[in-house]
Amino acid sequence: MDFSYNGEDVVLSDINLTIREHDFMAVIGPNGGGKSTLIRLVLGLLKPDKGQIRVLGERPGKLTQALGYVPQNVHINDHFPITALDVVLMGCLGTGGHLGQSRRTRKECEKDGLATLERLGMAEHAHKKIGELSGGQRQRVFIARALMTRPRLLLLDEPTAGIDSGGRADFLNLLKTLNKDVAIVVVTHDLFAVSGYVKSVACVNHRLHYHSQEEIEGQTLETMYACTVEDVCRVQVLAQGLPGAGLKKRGDADGNP
Amino acid sequence: MEILKYEFMRHALAAGLLTSIICGIMGTLVVVNRIVFLSGGIAHAAYGGIGMAFYFNWPVIPSTMGFSLGASLVMAAVTLNNRQRADTVIGVIWAVGMAFGIILVDLTPGYNVDLMSYLFGSILTVPGSDLIIMGVIGALILFLVVFFYKELMAISYDEEFAGLRGLPVRGIYFFLIAMLGFTVVMVIQVVGLIMVIALLTIPPFMMEKYARSLGTMMAGSSLLGACFTMAGLYLSYRFDLTSGAAIIMVAGTVFLVTLGVEKIWSFMPRTVQPEN
Repeated sequence: MDFSYNGEDVVLSDINLTIREHDFMAVIGPNGGGKSTLIRLVLGLLKPDKGQIRVLGERPGKLTQALGYVPQNVHINDHFPITALDVVLMGCLGTGGHLGQSRRTRKECEKDGLATLERLGMAEHAHKKIGELSGGQRQRVFIARALMTRPRLLLLDEPTAGIDSGGRADFLNLLKTLNKDVAIVVVTHDLFAVSGYVKSVACVNHRLHYHSQEEIEGQTLETMYACTVEDVCRVQVLAQGLPGAGLKKRGDADGNP
Repeated sequence: MEILKYEFMRHALAAGLLTSIICGIMGTLVVVNRIVFLSGGIAHAAYGGIGMAFYFNWPVIPSTMGFSLGASLVMAAVTLNNRQRADTVIGVIWAVGMAFGIILVDLTPGYNVDLMSYLFGSILTVPGSDLIIMGVIGALILFLVVFFYKELMAISYDEEFAGLRGLPVRGIYFFLIAMLGFTVVMVIQVVGLIMVIALLTIPPFMMEKYARSLGTMMAGSSLLGACFTMAGLYLSYRFDLTSGAAIIMVAGTVFLVTLGVEKIWSFMPRTVQPEN
């Protein structure tokens, strides 16, 4: 699959990637390497120049409910008069009925939304205005919104960008829990942060190099060779500190509930 | 209340209240979608329609309605893909529409209409028939907004997500702008285009911080607008002032005072509350 904006500068070329069920994939690479573009292609927001993309065998954009998307920027419309719960209930849109009106009744949807927020540890914030929540809390609200259709794949664009390191471990543990039911793809420039959690890694820098779980566990430098020097450095750190890093973060999480 | 014994005052009050409700609902959508400039453009371009009505001797309301609906849909098309950078084109349509109207009025033989009455309106001379039309339009807008509430909320808050869920984002956006064009023309006839913009923006902007949903923001803005209108009307009656200008001055003063109070409040030392 190839893609370029305006038919000129090729952003992605020769991309071949399969996301398996229950995978937890990190998409890493330098800025401008095409990570977010890849996600937008999967979502059907962009169309490839060459090649094809299939989501559960269908064109992107067909099965809108099978994909849950959490955008990079959770600070859109900070002052918008809307509660966290109402943002989550937006997830019920497009589940049938006219003009995307929900076929589920509002009651059912609301019950579902509250349960989802509860699962993400956000029940107490359900009726707060979205602008009153922190970046990390808002992130969870957006995840809850994406989960409302019970998607098969959850795509998150730079989810850890606005969260401090303590919160990040909590957040990744949360994703790990969610991963039991749904495949997850996380775009990040910080492989180190997600190292103890992901099952596979895709390096995107105009081209794509995929590394499965087995390869990562093998931990040879060559597997990461295709990524930038910066990434290789991170991988070295990762190779040395893989089990420790994961455990330590989990310890932190327990210390600060 | 001796002020209410005059029929024109009762009509003015009714027109003001209806305007406040319509502007509270539509203004909320204008403010959260950041299309204040676009609505200003629609309001001013509508003057082109007024000019056409006089020049060709057409009925004023339908021809203004048609003209501003056309102008607003052009603006919607221009702003659709690039909402942030569309201000230049809106500015051009804004100015050209108005100039077109003024030239047509110049070319019209016979008496010249007073531009001022379209800028500030003539709320004190609203005939009963206009009140009925306004009531119908207000009811229609209320119905449409309630019926499409979720859709309007979704595209206002997060267009991209709404699109991903298969909502016809472009269609809803055009629908919103068309409804706005309709509103603006209807209300201009009565209160003038400057007051339309003031009532569309000031009350919703003041409510945005305190409201927890679009619905409460709409209700609050309508109520606030009604208070401004009534206070302005009273002042205009009491001190013999231009009613439209008096209403705007009340709204503007309250707005600036609250802004100042909020600023001072945020600098006041308060007892620090521990997190959580």
